[in-house]
Amino acid sequence: MTTTPESTSPLTPPNGVSVSADSGVASSTLLSLRGITKSFGAVEALKHVDLDIPAGQVTALIGDNGAGKSTLIKAIAGIYAPTSGDIFWEGRKVTMHTPRDAENLGIATVYQDLALCDNLDIVQNMYLGHEESRHFTLDEIKMELNTKRVLSELSVSTVQSVRQLVGSLSGGQRQAIAVARAVMHESKLVIMDEPTAALGVSQTAQVIDLIKRLASRGIAVLVISHNLVDVFEVADRIAVMYLGTLVSSGPAANYDTSSAVEIITTGGSRSDVAASVN
Amino acid sequence: MSDNSETAVVARASADGALRGQLKRLRQGDKGLLPILLGLIVLVIYFEIRNSVFLSSGNLTNLFVQATIFILLAMAEIWLLLLGEIDLSVGFVSALGATTAVILLDNQFHWPWFAALPLAILVTTAIGTLQGFIIIKLRLPSFIVTLAGLLGWEGVLIFFVDRQGTGGTIPVQEKVLYDLVNANLSPVWTWIFVLACLAVLIYLIVRRDQSRRTSGLDSVPHFVTIAKAVALIIAGVVLVLIFNRNRGTFTVLEGMPYAIPVDIAMLAAGSFILTRTRVGRYIYAIGGNAEAARRAGVNVNRYRLLAFVFTGFTAGVAGLIYASRLGGISDNVDSNLVLLAVASAVIGGTSLFGGRGKMIHAVIGGLVIATIYNGMALINMSAATQYIATALVLLVAVAMDAVARRGSTPSR
Repeated sequence: MTTTPESTSPLTPPNGVSVSADSGVASSTLLSLRGITKSFGAVEALKHVDLDIPAGQVTALIGDNGAGKSTLIKAIAGIYAPTSGDIFWEGRKVTMHTPRDAENLGIATVYQDLALCDNLDIVQNMYLGHEESRHFTLDEIKMELNTKRVLSELSVSTVQSVRQLVGSLSGGQRQAIAVARAVMHESKLVIMDEPTAALGVSQTAQVIDLIKRLASRGIAVLVISHNLVDVFEVADRIAVMYLGTLVSSGPAANYDTSSAVEIITTGGSRSDVAASVN
Repeated sequence: MSDNSETAVVARASADGALRGQLKRLRQGDKGLLPILLGLIVLVIYFEIRNSVFLSSGNLTNLFVQATIFILLAMAEIWLLLLGEIDLSVGFVSALGATTAVILLDNQFHWPWFAALPLAILVTTAIGTLQGFIIIKLRLPSFIVTLAGLLGWEGVLIFFVDRQGTGGTIPVQEKVLYDLVNANLSPVWTWIFVLACLAVLIYLIVRRDQSRRTSGLDSVPHFVTIAKAVALIIAGVVLVLIFNRNRGTFTVLEGMPYAIPVDIAMLAAGSFILTRTRVGRYIYAIGGNAEAARRAGVNVNRYRLLAFVFTGFTAGVAGLIYASRLGGISDNVDSNLVLLAVASAVIGGTSLFGGRGKMIHAVIGGLVIATIYNGMALINMSAATQYIATALVLLVAVAMDAVARRGSTPSR
């Protein structure tokens, strides 16, 4: 009896297309992890993780503290090279040595602490490290116009002016800016670490809307969250980690809060989980 | 007709937005130049009431020249303050550069000025780079490394000055270096220089406001652009009238001292780098959140080192002005110089905590300090009072900086 609602064989290389069982809509697999293992000395932080992340869907990565969620996203973001295992991007095998490599593939990461400069305005933060220039000087007009366009495409309408300092924004607005920055550079996969932590109710709703809009634009989103209410609100697919192993993954409809909690806390070898899947 | 009123409404709305943005920035801690300019005006009025010589063109010209050394050293300091670093050695480093120039120019070596002056700046730039390299590579606090510099470079300075065997002072005997502070542009060239500066500045302002308007971005209404231009022209003309008045008692003495265009060139270059190039953008970013800059792909250490290079370069220019003003270099350089440089930057509005500041702050702060020193000397206040007054102004400026910083902390 398996606890994996939708089993993926570790030995099957990704073919680039998988059919999601619940919706019947074909969606292409953007990123596939096969047998990813990461050791820090004697400690195995990740053990043979297999995970498929489809384009246009929100995948939620859940698990208790120390389950290996952060290590996994760091492997995808190019911060840690896996000790062994393969990463396939759009069906091609890739290796990433630096965050820049991941960024060049189209993988953007929004960290929990957001990595924004409070003393710079929204435009300056959006373009940090990617400034547009013209005649050896910064092309502020172009950057400001693009920033406004990206923000309005993402329906981020709560900021008064894109020339406001980021330090003056609310938590939800800062999250929105960090996400907008991630998608502005034509990212195909956006990884978000605890996007709703420390946000109020209405700001959480804004961020969840934003995540849904990203997915509807065809972007793959991988969200780490402790908040199961938010996870079930936003996720199309759920992947559960337990002590470095990916113990369960599948469409969000196959889980409910109690079964998810069960898997998170025990590793999930319980028959009712599989039963609920059927 | 309805079309007209509609555009008017839109224009008003966007002007409204621009104004609101301005107010918001103010509340966020970008307190702007207004408070310190008001403070400067209060000082000026006070000294003028106490002694009417204060606002004479002779004294004002003298004040500007006095301010030059504070302004340039503060500019040197601002490159590092923006990163949250500090350079305590900048006073002696600049004096050491000046010593290099003075020694090479004197009767023994006879270097031409166009070789000796750049070499002096090269020496200070190299020293700045070396200190920056040590701080970055060994991950040492800049406070400590430049404190070592403060002591060490003074030693080197004393060694070279005393070795000349001229009794602890080397006089400036070369004309170009001497004239830097002690000679003036002719009145006609003063006009030409100031008008050219105004033309460039106004062109840049008009072009920026105009391109924002044509791109449909939030922009200031036309009258604000015009008002800015008019204010600049008035300030420029007043400056020319001050400098071009004959301030000599026995001979004709008129025109702008050469030191002022040096200030303006350094201000223009520094402001350009800080606001219009990636280098400047990254210096601000690193000062605000170095980790964020690193994750955005910025080579943090390269830009930190570059700031130390700029500091060294600016210190070299400051040193030449210093030697020219004193007519020589002695083994007894005022160790308060560096403290007054930092004070000038902070009084002008640059934050000690990194990430906030502008080159113009050096000019404003340098003028405030020079005004205090100049005015207090005019009304015969004791040195004790001068120090205490400077201390109080500095304390107020730092307190304002800290309050502004607290106000800008995001409410997360």
